[in-house]
Amino acid sequence: MLAPMAHTLWIATRKGLFVLRAGTARRSWTLSGPQFLGHIIHHVVQDPRKPRVLLMAAKTGHLGPTVFRSHDHGRSWQEAAQPPAFRKAGAGEEVRAVERVFWLTAGHASEPGTWYAGSSPAGLFRSGDGGDHWEPVSGFNDHPLRPTWAALGTPDGAFLHSILVDPRDPQHLYIGISIGGVFESTDAGRSWSPLNEGIAADFLPDPTVPFGHDPHCVVQHPLQPERLYQQNHCGIYRLDRPQRRWQRIGDAMPRKIGDVGFPIVLHPTDPDTAWVMPMDGQTVWPRTSVGGKPAIYCTANAGKSWRRLDRGLPRSQAWFTVLRQAMCADSHARTGLYFGTTGGDVWASSNAGESWRCIARHLPEIYAVTHAA
Amino acid sequence: MSCTIRIASPLRSYTAGAATVAGTGTTLAAVLEHLEAHYPGMRFRMIDEQQRIRPHMRLFVNNSEARELSAAVRDGDTVHLICALSGG
Repeated sequence: MLAPMAHTLWIATRKGLFVLRAGTARRSWTLSGPQFLGHIIHHVVQDPRKPRVLLMAAKTGHLGPTVFRSHDHGRSWQEAAQPPAFRKAGAGEEVRAVERVFWLTAGHASEPGTWYAGSSPAGLFRSGDGGDHWEPVSGFNDHPLRPTWAALGTPDGAFLHSILVDPRDPQHLYIGISIGGVFESTDAGRSWSPLNEGIAADFLPDPTVPFGHDPHCVVQHPLQPERLYQQNHCGIYRLDRPQRRWQRIGDAMPRKIGDVGFPIVLHPTDPDTAWVMPMDGQTVWPRTSVGGKPAIYCTANAGKSWRRLDRGLPRSQAWFTVLRQAMCADSHARTGLYFGTTGGDVWASSNAGESWRCIARHLPEIYAVTHAA
Repeated sequence: MSCTIRIASPLRSYTAGAATVAGTGTTLAAVLEHLEAHYPGMRFRMIDEQQRIRPHMRLFVNNSEARELSAAVRDGDTVHLICALSGG
């Protein structure tokens, strides 16, 4: 492996792990890999508390799900001694086994060994030793309403994602469940309550339900943690706590584009700036770039208005799908943005989305793109 | 009871590349427990937390597929850990 560089992109794919590296100027990217060829990699996350540490959620077509850890910037990996798993079901209880570890989140800065993992079926797990041993978060997994909250699922089952740890309070957590909604805990996961007021659920018989929504991606601004954004199956939303009612900021998107998508990415220092990648959610839900003309949309005023950014992206016949973990920003003074497509291309912008270029092609289906400094 | 365990290729990262290892135990469960003691982490990739054989794994004792971990293993048997065909 190459020595760490100023910018690293970890590319998690359906067939293995790839790395793109660039110097400070981000002019030239070098692709390396694959590592874990043939593994299904759902997420790779750098530990912001110990930047040499990475965690990776993986499985194969045959073998069960696990977590790998690296303590040397991804040069070598060790498998968790005790991967995320549900507790043994008692008599008469629902029998659940983790099918895939879908999401990883580093814990609070004050808890250096803590990590969280989300799974399919929807489960929440915590590690206190840097991801080596994992325990179920019983406050959620065994919550009497959990089977109701996560009753619908997706074609791949219900899964838990967007685990957010409030930077002001390690006990304050948010999670997203597809399908299920957004849930909040203020006691480190011992108790949970839905947080979906104002969110549309057009696919349900009663669209005013308190849960059963489909948050595709929920993010919290690190410098203004009371501000949450959400790219939902039914629109783009913002919530400024302690309010409980989400505002549909996607209504300001052009009507012909709509406000459906998977990812939403925040500017690292400006809580009013966010980027989304709209997709076609009409009729039979193609989930591709609208009209075959991919574009990023940016708001610089917390969702009051949106601006199309497509310079350098294909002008036609480009049917991108960008999954919820496959778009990210860096922390450069001039924000870099990156996304990977299910067609295996990685695109980059070094000017906050104003212009784009393809920096890798022909990779396997991309599940996640994460930036590491 | 001694047996021979044949390891499917996706699991050989645990056995340092070995395609065959020696095992012991009178049931499949005991054989897998012994295997786990020598090759940590391997069992969970095949058997889930509810003690079910994972959907794309097949375990055979000699030529008979074992659907339960209670399947008997006799001295001299061969246990096959097989990865079923699993899509594209």
